[in-house]
Amino acid sequence: MATVTELMQLLTPSGRRVTAATERESAMEAHVADVDMADLLAMYTDMVIVRRLDEEATALQRQGELGLWAPLRGQEAAQVGSARALAPDDMAFPSYREHGVAYCRGVDPVAVLSLFRGVTHGGWDPTEHGFALYAIVVGSQTLHATGYAMGVSRDGGGCATIAYFGDGASSQGDVSEAFGWAAVFGAPVVFFCQNNQYAISEPTIRQSRVPLCQRAAGYGFPGVRVDGNDVLATLAATRWALARARAGEGPTLLEAVTYRMGAHTTADDPTRYRDSDEVASWAERDPLARLRAYLAAQGTLDGAAEAGIAARADEFAADLRRRCLALPDPAPLSMFDHVHVDESGHVAAERADLAELLAAEDDPPPTAPEPSPAVLPASSPRAVSSPSAAAPPSAASSPPPAAPSSPAPSPGSSAPGSPLAVGLVPAGRPVAAPPPQSPGPEASCPR
Amino acid sequence: MPTLTLASALNSGLRAVMEADPKVVVMGEDVGRLGGVFRVTDGLRERFGEERVIDTPLAESAIIGTAIGMAMRGFRPVCEIQFDGFVYPAFDQIVSNLAKLHYRSAGRVRMPVTIRIPVGGGIGAVEHHSESPEAYFCHTAGLKVVTCSNPTDAQVMIQQAVATDDPVIFLEPKRRYWEKEEVDPVDLSALAGDTATGAIPAARTPGPLFASRIARAGKDATLVGYGPMVRTCLDAALVAEAEDGRLLEVIDLRSLSPLDLDPVIESVRRTGRLVVVHEAPSNVSISAEVAARVTEQAFYSLEAPVLRVTGFDTPYPPSRLEEHYLPDVDRILDAVDRAFGY
Ligand SMILES: Cc1ncc(C[n+]2csc(CCOP(=O)(O)OP(=O)(O)O)c2C)c(N)n1
Ligand SMILES: [Mg+2]
Repeated sequence: MATVTELMQLLTPSGRRVTAATERESAMEAHVADVDMADLLAMYTDMVIVRRLDEEATALQRQGELGLWAPLRGQEAAQVGSARALAPDDMAFPSYREHGVAYCRGVDPVAVLSLFRGVTHGGWDPTEHGFALYAIVVGSQTLHATGYAMGVSRDGGGCATIAYFGDGASSQGDVSEAFGWAAVFGAPVVFFCQNNQYAISEPTIRQSRVPLCQRAAGYGFPGVRVDGNDVLATLAATRWALARARAGEGPTLLEAVTYRMGAHTTADDPTRYRDSDEVASWAERDPLARLRAYLAAQGTLDGAAEAGIAARADEFAADLRRRCLALPDPAPLSMFDHVHVDESGHVAAERADLAELLAAEDDPPPTAPEPSPAVLPASSPRAVSSPSAAAPPSAASSPPPAAPSSPAPSPGSSAPGSPLAVGLVPAGRPVAAPPPQSPGPEASCPR
Repeated sequence: MPTLTLASALNSGLRAVMEADPKVVVMGEDVGRLGGVFRVTDGLRERFGEERVIDTPLAESAIIGTAIGMAMRGFRPVCEIQFDGFVYPAFDQIVSNLAKLHYRSAGRVRMPVTIRIPVGGGIGAVEHHSESPEAYFCHTAGLKVVTCSNPTDAQVMIQQAVATDDPVIFLEPKRRYWEKEEVDPVDLSALAGDTATGAIPAARTPGPLFASRIARAGKDATLVGYGPMVRTCLDAALVAEAEDGRLLEVIDLRSLSPLDLDPVIESVRRTGRLVVVHEAPSNVSISAEVAARVTEQAFYSLEAPVLRVTGFDTPYPPSRLEEHYLPDVDRILDAVDRAFGY
């Protein structure tokens, strides 16, 4: 059933710049005509830092400091290329592996780590960053993105929404429903599928017999297959799709063809379902290597510059580690906060009960130790990261909320971390946080 | 006797039932080549092939929806939902269709579908991986809901569930998957001669599927738990005996719908005190049902109100807080103390 589908590419795996092969691709390529070598170097830097972030988080998990980690290695170009296409006012709806997108949206990476450390379910303000909370229930976020985009239309348009999801997610009913709704309502949403070839152990062929981008045709909007390991092509395709959305031309499906170089999560053993030859063949298409080769060939990146970027990444990682280890455990009673906007008496009573119990524990009567230490044997995930084992320093040492260590300016969007329309909460957006004190800077499409 | 973990005991039971009945199929995400994320279906694909051990596309509603169709065609699907928090996309198929087809068809259509779900917390997992959804299913007429607490039960109960002609929600206590026990593996079909009858030979099994069981005999107070909390209740009973000289009777409910409360009522008549324990929140929960029925049937035997030790009525919290959310020995003994304080 192999239907030949073109793969949009502007940088070959060996780092050669090629031009678009078709008319439609030329239209996309036009969207990166302004991208100069400095912009490319900035995206390269992003990718190096994001890879370093991923390595550091993986190490922290191995050392028991995170309960779990979902590595993104191999997907840096898909994430940085698409995220750098976004304007500050745009809204992104991630799954759980979009650490690179989070970084580009100015989300403090330690906030991402805090999820995997088990100290919070949220970690950042979606409004502030234009970056929704991670969605672990596979595919669910595509409907949220569609509804958000429908709201944008009703508010007069002007910005776009992007939904990140995987090849596995493409099988979920929610995703089909999102496609249908977005098409019917002409919603300004870009469906960005990172086809990393696996849904845990299952290869993409178990989800679809046609290239995923072809699904769009059945709903009546364009689908594009782009080399997700080519940051420039990904940037071009995403800018093109976002421009369509902003222009009121409706949704687009982008299938970024890439590869999950690591395990599904740190709890997974990929040797059970794929062979090393396959992994090696994708290593030759590494997203960083090809951009490095191109930049070097153009004289933009020499050994010294490379060393400078590496040093910056190391510094970033050291800072991330330090602040991760300093994350305090949440106060036990905080689990009762925010169950509802108007707290019920029942929840309040339960909070009081636990407070009483904890106070009694502090007032040490003879405590009853859990008598069966064998309850959680060494092979259980808990043994890897015992929440009580690694008690981090007190809350007093908690670090100031840091912007990511000044990522390079990005092509097509302002620097991340800027205080976007904070506090501009127009009607239609549910207010989750306390009301803002002052309106933020004027934005064209306030969140 | 081999030593089996709860996970490998389930695997042994599944193997037995698949050997006995070619109409049993296993379906779910990553159940084939990977053997399931908890390895409960490890090796089944190698033994029974891809037609019977189906790596499905990633869609829970479709797993249950197609299982319904396969059941109509005479198969006995055993569906795996990867984690408790991911059964909700399938909720409509379970509640609106699976649970009601026998009733709607005036008994003409049977739904011998087993849905295996790892449930509960205590493993330091991220969000949506530690839920206790049992009450939703118990509230739905037409379903049966059971849960095992130890390897011996697991090995037999999974076979009994598959042999049941009604849909069974089979809840597996994921924090106990690695607990080991010497198990004498039973092949129910060999004993009963016919898996489809569900007949239970008394001698070598823990008893019928839809029955509770006294896990520890006692006389001073009754603890009722199920799934992951049975071990915690037994631990609490040990401490109560050692420290307070109290002999607590522990009852493992095993079947949550239908509830088998006769042993509980009988126990309360002897002890006069009852504490019900589960990880799920208390609001409209199994413990609420147990308390109501015990109050109806054994009111004059009660020396104290029925007390409950449960998760709180909050979403399951971030894992660094779960030790405070989950019932533990201290909280159970605190409730026992309060029961004695009346
Ligand atoms: C509704 C739902 N079902 C199952 C899972 C368990 N699960 C987590 S990730 C995953 C595979 C997802 O694959 P894909 O969409 O390709 O994304 P990837 O992990 O490759 O980034 C599964 C089955 C889940 N999180 N949500
Ligand atoms: Mg994938």
